[in-house]
Amino acid sequence: MSIDTVSDATSSPKTAQPFAELGLKKDEYESIREILGRRPTSSELAMYSVMWSEHCSYKSSKVHLRQFGTKVPKNDSMLVGIGENAGVVDIGQGWAVTFKVESHNHPSYVEPYQGAATGIGGIVRDIISMGARPVAVMDPLRFGDPENPDTRRVLTGIVSGIGGYGNCLGLPNIGGEIVFDASYQGNPLVNALCVGTMKHEDIHLAKASGVGNAVILYGARTGGDGIGGVSVLASETFDADGPAKRPSVQVGDPFMEKLLIECTLEVLHAGLVEGIQDLGGAGISCATSELASNGEGGMHVWLDRVLLRDSTLSPEEILMSESQERMCAVVEPGKIDAFMAVCKKWDVEAVVIGEVNNSGRLTVEWHGQEIVNVPPRSVAHDGPVYERPYARPDWMDVRQSSGPDNLVRPKSAAEVKQTWLTMTGTPNLASKSWVTSQYDRYVMGNTVLAQPEDSGMIRVDEKTGLGIAVSTDCNARFAALDPYKGAQLALAESYRNVAVTGAKPLAVTNCLNFGSPEDSAVMWQFEQAVTGLADACLEMGTPVTGGNVSFYNQTGEVAIHPTPVIGVLGVIQDVDRRTPMAWQRDGEIVYVLGATRDELAGSEWAHAIHDHLGGLPPVLDLNAEMTLAEILVAGSRDGLFTAAHDVSEGGIAQSLAEMAMRSGVGARLEVPAGIDAFTFLWSESATRAVVVVSQDCYEKFVALCDAKKFPVTKIGVVDALSKSIELAGVFGESISLDIEELRTISEETLPRLFG
Amino acid sequence: MTPRVGVITFPGSLDDKDAARAVRLAGGESVSLWHADADLHSVDAVVLPGGFSYGDYLRCGAIAKFAPVMGKLVDAANGGLPVLGICNGFQVLTESHLLPGALTRNDHLHFICRDQKLRIENNSSMWTSDFEVGQEILIPLKNGEGGYVADEVTLDELEGEGRVIARYLELNPNGSRRDIAGITNERGNVVGIMPHPEHAVEKLTGPTTDGLGFFTSLLSSLVNNGKISA
Amino acid sequence: MAIVVVDVALKPEILDPQGRAIVGALGRVGLEGVSDVRQGKQFVLNIDGDVDEAKLAQINEIAATLLSNPVIEDFTVQVRP
Repeated sequence: MSIDTVSDATSSPKTAQPFAELGLKKDEYESIREILGRRPTSSELAMYSVMWSEHCSYKSSKVHLRQFGTKVPKNDSMLVGIGENAGVVDIGQGWAVTFKVESHNHPSYVEPYQGAATGIGGIVRDIISMGARPVAVMDPLRFGDPENPDTRRVLTGIVSGIGGYGNCLGLPNIGGEIVFDASYQGNPLVNALCVGTMKHEDIHLAKASGVGNAVILYGARTGGDGIGGVSVLASETFDADGPAKRPSVQVGDPFMEKLLIECTLEVLHAGLVEGIQDLGGAGISCATSELASNGEGGMHVWLDRVLLRDSTLSPEEILMSESQERMCAVVEPGKIDAFMAVCKKWDVEAVVIGEVNNSGRLTVEWHGQEIVNVPPRSVAHDGPVYERPYARPDWMDVRQSSGPDNLVRPKSAAEVKQTWLTMTGTPNLASKSWVTSQYDRYVMGNTVLAQPEDSGMIRVDEKTGLGIAVSTDCNARFAALDPYKGAQLALAESYRNVAVTGAKPLAVTNCLNFGSPEDSAVMWQFEQAVTGLADACLEMGTPVTGGNVSFYNQTGEVAIHPTPVIGVLGVIQDVDRRTPMAWQRDGEIVYVLGATRDELAGSEWAHAIHDHLGGLPPVLDLNAEMTLAEILVAGSRDGLFTAAHDVSEGGIAQSLAEMAMRSGVGARLEVPAGIDAFTFLWSESATRAVVVVSQDCYEKFVALCDAKKFPVTKIGVVDALSKSIELAGVFGESISLDIEELRTISEETLPRLFG
Repeated sequence: MTPRVGVITFPGSLDDKDAARAVRLAGGESVSLWHADADLHSVDAVVLPGGFSYGDYLRCGAIAKFAPVMGKLVDAANGGLPVLGICNGFQVLTESHLLPGALTRNDHLHFICRDQKLRIENNSSMWTSDFEVGQEILIPLKNGEGGYVADEVTLDELEGEGRVIARYLELNPNGSRRDIAGITNERGNVVGIMPHPEHAVEKLTGPTTDGLGFFTSLLSSLVNNGKISA
Repeated sequence: MAIVVVDVALKPEILDPQGRAIVGALGRVGLEGVSDVRQGKQFVLNIDGDVDEAKLAQINEIAATLLSNPVIEDFTVQVRP
C-alpha cells in the first residue's frame, strides 16, 4: 500500500483530498490546512474528520452546553467537574460516585443487537477510565409505534443486545425506561447509563503527563470495526439507500470487556498508571490526541506496533477503527513490567505504542515514516464551533393553542373503570417485566431496588449501609409542547423518583436526543432544553456532571420529539431506610402529596386514548419540587413511610395500580372533595407522590407537611383482606378494580406485541 | 474452627463475591481460589459460582473444565470434598462429568431473571440437609442456558435414587426435563443447582433469605461428618 | 497448510429451540415444506503442515472433549482437500 507521509504532504500541496466524503465541510478542510501550514496527510485527514464530527466535537451544541459550566450551583459534592470522561460526586465516608449516560441511537437502528451491546460497553469503559468500579447499568429506550413490524425487529434486537452484553459483564441492570411513540419510528433511542463507585484516592483522569512515560494500548485487537462509524453513523441522517451503504458495525465481546474491567481496576489500584483513556468513537485518534492534549502536549506513536485482527488494515483505518474493548494507559517506564504482568494475569494483550514527550506535537510513524504531525489540541479540543441559527418555529403557536380541553372524557363510573382498564394496558404504561426479566438485576448482591421501583438503588458500603439511587426520566411529549419546561419537568421527575425512594438528589447527567441541528426549529428546541435544564439545576442545587448529545435523530424532514433524558443521582445514608413502592399492611393510610390541577396536555391519556398532542405542559414550581423531596427524604429517614410512589405518566390512577399490583394487596380509597374523578386520576400535574403512612406516624407526617406548607390529602387506607382497589366518589358511585385483572392486562401487552 | 469454603474465580465469574458473602453470612470463612492456580489451599468445601467462566462462547463451562484448578477439584470431589455448582458452576460440573446430563439453551430462547419458587426434594445431600423434604423456597433464577437435559435412563436413575434435590414449582422457566432445578451425585457431596441461593441470603437484597439454607447445610454437614469440630 | 472442519450439532433426540424458531421463520418468509431445522456449529481449523493420522486422531479427541459435549452433541471431522 502507498503511504501518504508528512513529507509527501509538504511536497504535493495540490493533491486532491476526499474531505467531503469524510464529512468535512470545505471551510473545515481549509482550516486544517491553515493549522498545519500544508495539506494534511491522509492519516491526518482521517483523524481530523472523525474528531471534528458532530459526535466527537460537539460543534453544534458546544455554545449552548457552556451554560452547564457557567450556571453551576453551589454544591460541595463535586470532585471532578464536567469535561472529563465522567463527573465525580462525593457521597461521604470517603466514597465517590461517577455516572454518565450516552446514546447509541444510530448504530442500534442499523444493527440492534450489536448497537445496544456496544453502547453498554462504551459507557462502562467511560466509568472504569475514571478509576471507578462499575456497579450498575440502566437503559432509557425509546421505540416507534409498537404495532409497526419494524419496531419488533428493533426492540427485540436491542433488548437481547443489552441482556447479552450486560449480563456477561456482571453488572446489575436496575432501571431505565421503555417508551413508545411514533416519532421514534426510524430513529429509536438507545441510551445507556452506567454508575461506578470508588474511594476518593482512586480517582483517575485522562491525561498524558511525564516526559518519557509509555503509552500502552491494551485489550482487544484492532480490526475493521465501524471504520468511520462514529462520523458516518452518528452525523448523517439515514436515507433510503439499501444495505450496500451500511457501514461496518462494531461487534462487542463482553467477556473481553469483563477482563478489561478487572485488569484496569487492578492496574489503577496498584498505582501503575499516570493517565488513562478509554477507546470509543474515533478509537486511537481520539485516545492519543485527548491524552496528549490534556497532558504536557506531546506524544509520539509507533502505529505499526498496534496489534491487529486484520493485517490488511491501512494506517488511516487503524487510526479510525472503532474496535471495542480497548483502553489506553500512560505508564512510567519503571512500571511497564508490572503493568504487563497484570495484563497477562487477565489474558489481556497489551503493547507499548507510544511515548509522552514535550514536543507539543502528536506525531505518528508507520514503519519509520512520519504520517502524522499535528498540534494535539487542534484535533481534540479546538475543533470547529458553530453558532447554528435557531428560531422558534411558527407551528409552535398551533401546537400550544390546541389543548386537550375538547377531548371526550369519561363521564360516569363505568366509563372511568373502563378507561382505567384500558390505560393499564397501553404499551407505555403496561408492565415492562417481559423486557426487564431478560436482564440480571441481582449480580453483585447489592441491588436494593430495581425496576419497576421508582429508582434503582445500590448499596455502596456493606458495613455502613451507605447507598445511592439513580433514575432517568423524560416525558418527550412535554418537551415537544415546550422544550424549556419539558427539560425542567424531566429533571423534576427524575429528582422526585430518587427522593421518593428515600435518597437525597445530588447530581445530574443527561443525554440530549434531538433531530438535525441544521434545522433551526430543532436547534431552538435544543437551545431551549439546555437553557431550561441549566436554569433548573442552578435553582435546585444539583450540578450537571456530564452528558451526551445525539443529533440527527430524524428521517427526512421529520425529527423525533425533543428528548432530553435526565439522570439524577441521589445518596442515602442507610439503605435499610429505603422506601419501596408497594403498600402491604392493613389499615395504613394512603395520602397524595401535592396539588392536582386539570393538566392533561401531553399526558398519556391524551396520547393513548385520543392520539392528541397539544397545549401547554404542566406547570412546575421548582421550589415546591425541592420541598416535596425534603419531605420524602425526611419521611424515609424517620421511618414515616411504608411505601411511596411517584405520580407521573398515567397520573394517580397508574400510581395506585402499580402500588397494588406490586404487592397484590388492595385499598379502600375515595376521590377527594373539590376535584372530579377523571382529573384526579389522569391529570399529570407535576410535584406529586402517593405515600403510605402507618397509623402510628400519621400525626408526625401531617405535621411535617404543615410545617413545610406542602399540600397533603388523605385518600384512604390499605385493605390487606381485599384483592381490589375500591374507589368511592366516582361521579357519585364507587368502582372496584380487581388487582389480578389489572395485572393480567398490564403483563400481557408486551408479550403480545413482541413475545 | 471456622470451616474454610473456597470460591473459584474464573476470569468470567460474576457471582463469586456473592457466593463468598453467602458463605460468610452462614458462618464460614470464604477463601478465594483462582482458576489458573492448581491448588485448593486445603479448603473444606468449594463453590463454583455463576457467571460465564471463559466467556462461554463455545458451550457454557466447556473451557472451564480444563482449568488448572479443575483437575484438583475433580479428584477432590471424587474423594468426597463437598462441591456446590451454582448456574455456570452447575454447567461446569456437568461438563466435567461430576454430575450427569447437560444444560442447554432455554426453550423460549431468552435469558430470564425472576424470583423462582422451588420444592426441595432431597435433604440428604451435604448442601440441603438443613431443609425439609417438600419445603418450598423462593430464590432468584437467572440464566440463558438453564434447560436441564439427560437421556431417559439417566433421568429415571436420578429420580429412582432420589438425586433430584430441587424442582421448579408453578413455572418451568427454561424447559428443564421433569422440572429439575438441581441434582446431586450418588455420594451427596457434589450438588449442582441452576437458581441462585447466594442471591437470597439478605432480606435487603434478595426476595427471601431461603438461599442461606444451602450454606448452613454445608456447615452442619461438615460438623456432623467430623471434619470440623462444632 | 491444511484445513480441518469440525461440525457439531445437537443429537437428534435433544430439543433444539433455535432450530425450531428457524422453522417458524422459514414459513413466514415463504419457504414451505421444511419439517425440521437443526442448528449447529462449524469450526474451521487452519493447520500448518500436513494432517497425518496422529494429528487427525488428536483432532478427533479434542472434538469429543472440547468442541462438543458428547452428552448432548454429535460431531464430524473432515479434512478439506
